[in-house]
Amino acid sequence: MIKSFLNKLGFASARFAGGITPDMCKWTESSAIEDCPLPPLFIVPIKQHIGQACTPLVQIGDLVLRGQKIAKSEGYLSVPIHAPTSGKVIKIEEHAIPHPSGMGLTSIFIEPDGKDVRDTSLIPMDNWQAIDPAELRERVRLCGITGLGGAAFPTFIKLLKDKRNPIETVILNGVECEPFLTNDHRLMLEHSDEIMHGLQIIMHMVGAKKAIIAIEDNKSDAVNAMQQAVSSTGNDAISVASLPTRYPQGGEKQLIESLTGKQVPAGKLPMHIGVLCQNVGTVKAIDDAVMLGHAITDRIITVSGDAAPKPANMRVRLGTPMRFIYAQCGLENFDGIQILHGGPMMGERMRHPDIPVIKSSTGLLAIRDTRMKAVHQVEDPCIRCGHCSEVCPISLVPNLLADHCRNDQLEKAADYDLFDCIECGACSYVCPSHIPLVHYFRYGKGQTAQVRREQSFAEASRLRSESRDARLQREKDEKAAKRRKVRDTLRSESVLNPDNNSAPKSTTKTEGKE
Amino acid sequence: MLIHLSSPHIHSGDSIRATMFAVILALMPAGIISVYLFGWLAVFLILLCMLGCMFTEFVALKWMGRSTAPVMDGSAALTGLFLALTLPASIPWWMALLGSVFAIGLGKQVYGGLGYNPFNPALSARIILLVSFPLQMTTWLIPMHLGVSAIDLYDFSSAWQLFVFGANALPHALDAITMASPLGHVKTEWSQGIGVSEALRAYDYSYLDAFIGREAGSLGETSALALLIGGIYLLARHTITWHIPFSFIATVAVLAAIASMVDPNHYTPPLFHILAGGLILCAFFMATDPVSSPVTPMGQIVFGIGCGIITWCIRTWGGYPEGAMFSVVLMNCAVPLIDHYCRPTVYGKRGSES
Repeated sequence: MIKSFLNKLGFASARFAGGITPDMCKWTESSAIEDCPLPPLFIVPIKQHIGQACTPLVQIGDLVLRGQKIAKSEGYLSVPIHAPTSGKVIKIEEHAIPHPSGMGLTSIFIEPDGKDVRDTSLIPMDNWQAIDPAELRERVRLCGITGLGGAAFPTFIKLLKDKRNPIETVILNGVECEPFLTNDHRLMLEHSDEIMHGLQIIMHMVGAKKAIIAIEDNKSDAVNAMQQAVSSTGNDAISVASLPTRYPQGGEKQLIESLTGKQVPAGKLPMHIGVLCQNVGTVKAIDDAVMLGHAITDRIITVSGDAAPKPANMRVRLGTPMRFIYAQCGLENFDGIQILHGGPMMGERMRHPDIPVIKSSTGLLAIRDTRMKAVHQVEDPCIRCGHCSEVCPISLVPNLLADHCRNDQLEKAADYDLFDCIECGACSYVCPSHIPLVHYFRYGKGQTAQVRREQSFAEASRLRSESRDARLQREKDEKAAKRRKVRDTLRSESVLNPDNNSAPKSTTKTEGKE
Repeated sequence: MLIHLSSPHIHSGDSIRATMFAVILALMPAGIISVYLFGWLAVFLILLCMLGCMFTEFVALKWMGRSTAPVMDGSAALTGLFLALTLPASIPWWMALLGSVFAIGLGKQVYGGLGYNPFNPALSARIILLVSFPLQMTTWLIPMHLGVSAIDLYDFSSAWQLFVFGANALPHALDAITMASPLGHVKTEWSQGIGVSEALRAYDYSYLDAFIGREAGSLGETSALALLIGGIYLLARHTITWHIPFSFIATVAVLAAIASMVDPNHYTPPLFHILAGGLILCAFFMATDPVSSPVTPMGQIVFGIGCGIITWCIRTWGGYPEGAMFSVVLMNCAVPLIDHYCRPTVYGKRGSES
């Protein structure tokens, strides 16, 4: 309350709670984006986003073009998958996808023909100002665009113009708070005009009145580049905000709090407070989709880490195996090296490099085992220093929450707001006892989901058995009632003089029964 | 062998050992002042308590069949240092050693070791000693700088004599080498009907001396200056936060200010309370012991206020002249409850249910 009051007076900068300032290791911030060559074989998983998997549209032996739809979306929360280059489908089978468990998923294997011919069936929409937002939204969906900041949520869903929840402000997320990653940074430097154009398309689509481009102050050249791009459009509804460098500023909720001082209410979405957040890479992809009719077939990936001989920012086709990308950076032998998909704070460790990159791949890191061992130590007992709750961006009490998760006290964990955890990892980062707090939270969430599933099974079977009992009872009652009725009728027939109409009927019924 | 490989994959580099050694470093100024006041005797006591605690920890861990690696993590050494700094210089060595065994054995290891003790181990040992040996625990040596003590503690052999054989073995009368602490003095005088200002005049009390630490008391609690230097270092290093020290000391000051405004002849003034006894030591170092204090900022403030109220009440109405350590241990009991009720509001749940 005091904070928001000071905010209004302008004494305190709006900021999210907690946060950490790790060593940023932005070694590749001045390396221009390079084009990664085409690998000998593409492996394209049929799901590269949050939501339902797609269904393959091609068969073995089919020739495809770059940007051609090769798998169609199923259900609402899904976007189609496109071929990364022109070539031939050689097989469709299960292959490992970027997932910490090493799990596999149906993937389409494409052998490039080297011509890299593009599918031109989608015509550019140069006159987007005159086009209905719903049509543009369908274009974004057809082009397979997902959030490119790492979460890979289907973008078209967020671009809904909804009268009940009008979007006031578009926030362009160029924060890139994860250490090592510089892909958004380079994108803002090299493609500021496209980003600016894409932003205006988005503002048109949702009817937003203003936009803020948020960049952390460790990327002052990107701040300047975007400021220049803004002034060249002459649109004074767009501003550039330079924010103090602090992880996890790039988290959607944290960024909204930093910029507006408002919090997204629990269980609600940013659109409920009139805000739309988009990553800069996503906006560039939207611009390509609308202006050029290009489906998403590549993205920028930062390859870095202490074991990568030549760290780089690369424009990589989706479906390129990680081993091929690492080889471009001079890394071919993976002995004693751990590979991470994403940044060091939220990225996942991959079990081997023969996994393709997908839409959510922001970075590929190669970290030496020795360094990983220093981080992932055997945990010491908690000394309750409270540093974890100081840095928690959503004000949890991580050490107490972890205790509940560890002891399978799932209801208590839920009471301690387990499901509000965004798994940013700030608590584990500062813990002097090296307790893998986030790991416990993931365990707790998984266990809770499991218990709930079992409960709903049990509940369903209980309902089934109850309704069966009820049905049997009802049938029994009905039979008994019928029998009684017949008996009564017979009795009344024998006692009184029966009515001619009803007598034969009841007789037949009785015969039928016995 | 990599234990688990769940994100995050980088770490701040902070560790328990680093935290413990930072606190030991922060207590160095107080340790130096204690050597200035009590010469070799302070050195002997501090070493004895630190080694005693580490040895007890070693024995306890061995006995339980656990790894003995935690002996060197600095936490046992720190407990020993804490204990030594709260003891009077004239305490017999075996009593100090017994205190070390109590601190680690009964204060820490019986609960499961580091991180599981509900009470501050050093303070619980201090209280056991105070209750068991009230006389020896409230006998204060005359500090060396006053120049009136009959025994030269800067001299190794005479200090060793006193340390090994105790004060009673000395040729001097006990009165010749001991005096009352300011808190004890005021309390005794009041019981004889002498008012505060008169009692302080008779004691030759000076705020400046109390601030620098040139007064009678336990080894490490006398110098507010030295303790503040250490406390500020810990605050700057972010090992502790301001919440507990500030709310603790401010509560004592406010209560003392109100009371001394009502009756200045009966109740001692706030500055006297702050500088006297173990308040600053307890507020900056004991109450902030992470294991036995609340986790959340809100809880820490509640904890500090509770400590302040209990301290002032014991000092004013209690049987003991000093109440700071009792207050911390009493409030330690309430920590789980405080932690449960003082959780911060989670993001997006401000003004909503729960």
